[in-house]
Amino acid sequence: MIINLRVWRQANAQSAGKMVSYRVEGVSEDMSFLEMLDLLNEDLTVKGEEPIAFDHDCREGICGMCGIVINGAAHGRANSPVPTTTCQLHMRSFADGATIDVEPWRAGAFPVIKDLVVDRTAFDRIIQAGGFISINAGSAPEAHSVPAPKIQADRAFDAATCIGCGACVAACPNGSGMLFTAAKITHLAMLPQGQPERYSRVKTMVAQHDADGFGGCTNIGECAAVCPKQIPLDTISALNRDLMKSLFKKDGK
Amino acid sequence: MAITGLIMVGFLLMHMYGNLKVFLGADAFNHYAHWLKGDILYPLVPSGWFIWIFRLVMLASIVAHIWSAAVLTGRAHAARSTKYVTTKRLSQTYAARTMRWGGVILLVGLIFHLLQFTTQTVQTGFTAGAEPYEMTVGAFGNWWLVLLYAVWVGIVCSHVRHGVWSALTTLGANTSPAARSFLNGLAWVIAVVLFVGFMIMPLAVLFGWVN
Amino acid sequence: MTVTDYYKAGADIRDTKAPAGAIEKKWSTRKFQARLVNPANRRKLTVIVVGTGLAGGAAAATLGEAGYNVLNFCYQDSPRRAHSIAAQGGINAAKNYRNDNDSTMRLFYDTVKGGDYRARETNVYRLAEVSNNIIDQCVAQGVPFAREYGGLLDNRSFGGVQVQRTFYARGQTGQQLLIGAYQSLERQVAAGTVQMHTRHEMLELILVDGRARGIVTRNMVTGAIEAHTADAVVLATGGYGNVFFLSTNAMGCNVTASWRAHRKGAYFGNPCYTQIHPTCIPVHGDTQSKLTLMSESLRNDGRIWVPKRAEDCTKDPRQIPEEDRDYYLERIYPAFGNLVPRDIASRQAKNMCDEGRGVGPAVAEVDHRTGEERQVRRGVYLDFASAIERLGQKAVETKYGNLFDMYAQITGENPYETPMRIYPAVHYTMGGLWVDYDLMSSITGLYVTGEANFSDHGANRLGASALMQGLADGYFVLPNTINDYLADAPFEKIGQDHPAVVEALAGVNERINRLLSIQGTRTVDSFHKELGNIMWEYCGMERTEEGLTFAIGRIRELREEFWSNVKVTGVNEDFNQTLERAGRVADFLELGELMCVDALVRRESCGGHFRAESQTEDGEALRHDDEFLHVSAWEFTGPGNAPILHKEPLEYEFIELKQRSYK
Repeated sequence: MIINLRVWRQANAQSAGKMVSYRVEGVSEDMSFLEMLDLLNEDLTVKGEEPIAFDHDCREGICGMCGIVINGAAHGRANSPVPTTTCQLHMRSFADGATIDVEPWRAGAFPVIKDLVVDRTAFDRIIQAGGFISINAGSAPEAHSVPAPKIQADRAFDAATCIGCGACVAACPNGSGMLFTAAKITHLAMLPQGQPERYSRVKTMVAQHDADGFGGCTNIGECAAVCPKQIPLDTISALNRDLMKSLFKKDGK
Repeated sequence: MAITGLIMVGFLLMHMYGNLKVFLGADAFNHYAHWLKGDILYPLVPSGWFIWIFRLVMLASIVAHIWSAAVLTGRAHAARSTKYVTTKRLSQTYAARTMRWGGVILLVGLIFHLLQFTTQTVQTGFTAGAEPYEMTVGAFGNWWLVLLYAVWVGIVCSHVRHGVWSALTTLGANTSPAARSFLNGLAWVIAVVLFVGFMIMPLAVLFGWVN
Repeated sequence: MTVTDYYKAGADIRDTKAPAGAIEKKWSTRKFQARLVNPANRRKLTVIVVGTGLAGGAAAATLGEAGYNVLNFCYQDSPRRAHSIAAQGGINAAKNYRNDNDSTMRLFYDTVKGGDYRARETNVYRLAEVSNNIIDQCVAQGVPFAREYGGLLDNRSFGGVQVQRTFYARGQTGQQLLIGAYQSLERQVAAGTVQMHTRHEMLELILVDGRARGIVTRNMVTGAIEAHTADAVVLATGGYGNVFFLSTNAMGCNVTASWRAHRKGAYFGNPCYTQIHPTCIPVHGDTQSKLTLMSESLRNDGRIWVPKRAEDCTKDPRQIPEEDRDYYLERIYPAFGNLVPRDIASRQAKNMCDEGRGVGPAVAEVDHRTGEERQVRRGVYLDFASAIERLGQKAVETKYGNLFDMYAQITGENPYETPMRIYPAVHYTMGGLWVDYDLMSSITGLYVTGEANFSDHGANRLGASALMQGLADGYFVLPNTINDYLADAPFEKIGQDHPAVVEALAGVNERINRLLSIQGTRTVDSFHKELGNIMWEYCGMERTEEGLTFAIGRIRELREEFWSNVKVTGVNEDFNQTLERAGRVADFLELGELMCVDALVRRESCGGHFRAESQTEDGEALRHDDEFLHVSAWEFTGPGNAPILHKEPLEYEFIELKQRSYK
């Protein structure tokens, strides 16, 4: 296959970026999208040009490191028949000779570091603001001392599968990180162990989300549509419910 | 945003119901209109005060709604200062996408609507001091005004379509994928009911079923 | 050259610091003996933890909770992305919730036996002992383990043991455990006890008077080379499977932190012990960048075969009649059939493909000895047709649906219709830096946890044990042993102008400048791929003296070529992924040689290490306990020099040594 790429090149956070066209030859349809970029990068390196910087690590769709907007959709969701991460998108999803636009996540809270690489430490700060259960190593009670109803445990699990890739933010027309925040709120709120800090957690996490420059949620639904782990939109409603209840609770900070 | 929006949706439903009184004849319609400005809740509040309290609530809702919208818009712009070169929409509805500009157009229409029927500053087919029934029939006798009104009500209903879903979700009602479908369905129903309900009366006037 | 020319014999290691006494008492005895640090003094002490996976993230969080001042580093953009996240199956613990007669002793026994009697008894017993605390801890953190309708935790059997002791969270156990550790870690970051440095790569260890006192890192965004000093250093930097280029490891996994420590004096234990997993999705072509594992459970119902005749290999498998298929595992191992252990299943798949009976796309392979290129099909069929016939598609879907979906997404083929293709891939490295019972390496003050150390799995790791070891080390072992060392505080203050710091910084800068100044013609990846090919071919599933000596020579040549002909674009003061990879590959080129030397010297077959010269008549692995019942701990003696071999004799006091058989 031959693929024509238009890739966002940006030297660093301070400089302006632009789309640059490349032609990649010898692409096989079994390659992943990132392997196609590897191929281009090998070629650029040999020519003495600077390779395209992009984040990636596990390449099996679980670490959340990769993330590129492909043809206007986060992780190339518009080209993929199933929810996917960028690393699990394969070239058989594209036609021979196709022109593909490749851009970084664009969000105020995710400044570009270089080319397709962005800084997602804002997500870590949201977790720092309360996305945990306060328990020190060694002080845990016997695991079976607190049963957790299976239905709620399963819902907690569904929310906990979030990989923190940031596609929700990239896809949201408001640049909101609400799906990410809601996934963690829901995960912890559904478990008995998460109850003591439930209402203080939602307040501090949402406050940190807003302070980090994410946009507000207007329930458009693009986030859930691109989410590689299919975190459901209803987690956001669950967050809102807890947030409203927290107004009437004293344990908020 | 959600609460003020729902207050206004409630108002729209009331308003629509009131409009339909036109089919009961001029007297019933005028009587209803006068009652609104008369002694509702009297003697709890002095006669004629209710409408002003009501207007104050509406005004406060509108102001709060616009203020929230402005804040959200500002945050959204800051959160996406560099635009995508290519954007592909996967799930957003037309209604969701047009909430902001739609809201502005809606507001302009609303101001015109108030100047027309409340303050009677803009007189379209009626004269100052006209009774509500006379005013309605006079105004919607103009085909272009009906058309304009239809477009505006369309924009309002589109706004309501996403607004009702979004408000209920924000208030925590979206509890499952099934609830998501239900809320979206409900929003559609309310939007369609409003559109039909608001359009029957002007069309009836235009085609001479009411005069 | 003979084998003995490749290394020098050193002194044996006699004391591992494990206390005497009954095995059940050793850990509590050691904990009681270990000196303590007063809570008020802890905040005055700084500990560096490199890595944020299960072992590193858990250790950093726990040390932070204890009140130490922790500096934590990772090369990813967030601690949550460490490769522990990719573990699928589960985590073992001796809870005996199933009432199937499980116990600490049984988990200990299974782990030692699974490791083919090449693990240290004391460490493994402790691992089994703390396994239950791990489950308690993780549940309390909110890890959503699978539960039954009664609300209690579910278990499944795993890795061929006879009890159900594996706790799991669907197929994402590693992810959920890591997120638990990550959340605890972020809580400490918020509390100010842990300082997180993401996108930082450790490039050197700082030694002062023989003690580990800090590290040099490169800020991967700005290129700044920085020295961080501390009172102790913990390496939790994972395994080195990427020396094979293709593995199931993440792209960024590397040996650099461990190797830098090794060069500074930390012994490397059993570097040749590598685990190769039989059920991975095969290579699609020469641009493949990594391999993906599918759960071994597939072998419970799938039948493995290749065509009997090489000319059938390009045919549609459904057109090949039953009589022309070779169900080779069922043929060679009638008793165990498709359920033979990982190493046997892997080796036989390789044999079939070497014979020219592999299936799937032909991939170019270079014979390094002749320089000839040949096309080889690297894949065997894993066929569910009979299972679908027997159980119905619905049942197969319930059991394996997510794996089938994953396969379909990667290969574009529908496994319900055509047989899957599988091939073995490097998955885990049992070897790692040598540590004593306290997890301290041969460098004072340098601790090593998780996959980065060698300690618990012997020559082969059992399924669901890697997660257990990482968390055991991080939450329970290291935090209880490191006190004993830190109790020596206060240590000498080390400033940025200390000669050792200045020297370490200069060394790192010099190396980076050298990499950038070569400006040759070959890319970093092309060297890495070639190294990977050599390792896979000669130090992979089957090793021979001839192959290993050839490989050592070839790696030396390749290393020389690397340092004279590699092309690294860009500059240091930038986000430069080529430079990052170049540094890692340079270290892999040194590690690869040591692995081959270790494999060459260990002239026996055990666990993941199969020497063709040491097999039974039936082609099974044959151990030589008389000669090789020891850990090989290697000391670095300078680039290109023969390393020194220190043997740590393995004493089996509590478990009887046996030769395994699967016929």
